[in-house]
Amino acid sequence: MADIERHTIAVLVDNEPGILARVVGLFSGRGYNIDSLTVAEVDRANNLSRITVVTSGTPMIIEQIKAQLSRLVPVRKVHDLTDEGPHVERELALIKVVGKGEHRIESLRLADVFRARVIDSTTESFVFEMTGSSEKLNAFITLMEPLGLVEVSRTGAVAIARGVGQF
Amino acid sequence: MSAEPISGADIVIKSLVDQGVDVVFGYPGGAVLPIYDSLFKQNNLRHVLVRQEGGAVHAAEGYARSTGKVGVVLVTSGPGATNAVTGLTDALMDSVPVVCLTGQVPTHLIGNDAFQEADTTGITRPCTKHNYLVRDVNDLARVMHEAFYIAKSGRPGPVVIDLPKDVLFALGPYSEPVHVEHKSYRPQTKPDAKRIDEALALIAKAERPLIYGGGGLINSGPEACARFTEFVRLVDAPCTLTLMGLGALPASDPHFLGMVGMHGTYEANNAMHDCDVMIAVGSRFDDRVTGRLNAFSPNSKKIHIDIDPSSINKNVRVDVPIIGDCGQALAALIAGWAKVAPKRPPAGRARWWGRIEEWQSRDCLRYDRGRKDVIKPQYALERLYALTKDRDPFITTEVGQHQMWAAQFFKFEKPYHWMTSGGLGTMGYGLPAAVGVQVAHPDALVIDIAGEASILMNIQEMSTICQYRLPVKAFILNNQYMGMVRQWQELLHGGRYSESYTAALPDFVKLAEAFGAKGMRVTDPAKLDDAIRFMLDTPGAVVMDIAVDELENCFPMIPSGAAHNEMLLGPEDEAKKPVSEEGMVLV
Repeated sequence: MADIERHTIAVLVDNEPGILARVVGLFSGRGYNIDSLTVAEVDRANNLSRITVVTSGTPMIIEQIKAQLSRLVPVRKVHDLTDEGPHVERELALIKVVGKGEHRIESLRLADVFRARVIDSTTESFVFEMTGSSEKLNAFITLMEPLGLVEVSRTGAVAIARGVGQF
Repeated sequence: MSAEPISGADIVIKSLVDQGVDVVFGYPGGAVLPIYDSLFKQNNLRHVLVRQEGGAVHAAEGYARSTGKVGVVLVTSGPGATNAVTGLTDALMDSVPVVCLTGQVPTHLIGNDAFQEADTTGITRPCTKHNYLVRDVNDLARVMHEAFYIAKSGRPGPVVIDLPKDVLFALGPYSEPVHVEHKSYRPQTKPDAKRIDEALALIAKAERPLIYGGGGLINSGPEACARFTEFVRLVDAPCTLTLMGLGALPASDPHFLGMVGMHGTYEANNAMHDCDVMIAVGSRFDDRVTGRLNAFSPNSKKIHIDIDPSSINKNVRVDVPIIGDCGQALAALIAGWAKVAPKRPPAGRARWWGRIEEWQSRDCLRYDRGRKDVIKPQYALERLYALTKDRDPFITTEVGQHQMWAAQFFKFEKPYHWMTSGGLGTMGYGLPAAVGVQVAHPDALVIDIAGEASILMNIQEMSTICQYRLPVKAFILNNQYMGMVRQWQELLHGGRYSESYTAALPDFVKLAEAFGAKGMRVTDPAKLDDAIRFMLDTPGAVVMDIAVDELENCFPMIPSGAAHNEMLLGPEDEAKKPVSEEGMVLV
């Protein structure tokens, strides 16, 4: 369908047992997509966690997702960052590349271009750490494929609105 | 705060009493023994012992739907909790306020595959409005009170509280219910004034308005229903109700067109299709109501009043969403009407009523009244209605053809008198629901309109009925088939009646007697009235086994995948309008 949109939604929840299962179960039970989902405590004093979920669907589905999320009892706030104006989105990836010779040198060169950091190395491997938009990570990972890419670990996107506005 | 700490089990009982609960439907077991012990030592709370936990939840639903109060269930861990799942899902789908207390193995055994352990909060997460596992007795009183608030406020629903056995024994503080604003859960009840004005402007100009009320009205309460009735009369617009909304407007009101939807009336469905302004109040555009979505009421502006924001634009895009309690929204609409009310009705109004009368003249609920050799199910219900209407009966149903006929042929004048499983369509709902209704209204006439297949799904509750001497009347339309299954097989599967015929049915008269009730079988239409009178005159529980026309189908019908103006009115249409291929895959 042509009208599928990708939205980044931030959900502020009470950090209590089962809350992640509630959110994930909502998506699977109602057949919504999860492109990525991250969660961590963000406010210890008030016991709040923030879930960032990247999802895609028709505008009607996106509206449903937000309404359904808001309906969960431990959910405090639901913000559609994609709808609410400019925001920044970042993801972190750890990328392991194994190889020798020219491939190894080329991978290091590209890592430098992409500003990935080497956080572990042996004589025949690197682990790169890279932060950026998901698209940038995708591009780097694609480049690493012929150069000995063996393993990727990604956080999924986290996002926050630009400017002084806050939750 | 009470001065002395008390046991978790006592906290449970005290909270229930303070929440105004007078009866609990339940079944004991190892993990909830401390609660049963506390129950034993007090006199404020009554316990009704069901015969299977599923029955307890339906009984609580019947209690809740016939009183507007929260129904309470008490079951043990493991199988007790899993047996409750169908009832909880039913309550979720139909927005019935239920609090279900489940026992759990002691906290140190959780996750250990202990005896009668189940991940109750995990299993019930998708079938409750909210659930809790209470690991600390210090949280117990707060959770108990919060659960009642969540169950009955906003869009009501079931709440599960899972109670590990050690928490029930532990000593902790009790606190009385006080209203504290919940930190995240705050349903919006007050409608947006701007939206109300937009709605009024649309309604005032409508040439072909239609008001479409649903179960939200019943949930909001008799006051909301009275306002609804006032509003319908004020605007002088035709009105239809969903299966769950029956009773929100008196059926005798001339504005009432009958039920809408798959087995709704010809006039209601055609009015829905052709209206220019639709006012949906506490109804959710369910697929049984809308039929084929892309042909649903194509030329209307739609106003949707609902307390649940997720109901808005879920299936059907609406023009004026009004989020809030329907009683409050209706009050605002009524208050604002004088300002916008046209001096003369809009030009097309008279013509609109004329068309409605034409549709009504098709007499869509007609059936072969001439048959003297066999009881037509519709006839049985017409007679039941005629002979009971002066006694203000409470009707519960099972699920299937009999349910639809009951919805078509019984006329409800007020809310809280019609208990049926709409969203989930749970066969076996009616008999246990009747238990709950009768417990709430001991002197009332309570009838479970049943099919022989459905009632067998929870027939064990006859034993509960007899234990508590509940004068429930089970009115079984016995066609020996799962009638609705058979009807669909006839319509969609070439009449191959795969497994829809019950070859070995019990003798319902003897079955009733075995439980300690009266049983009666009727096969002759001429004897039906006397049999119904006998049923009404018998003080205790009665099972009426009415042998009805086995092959009768329920009409009118919007076949799946069809639009409102493509109804089948009777068997003669069935042959003319075969079901589309897209319709075949729909349920």
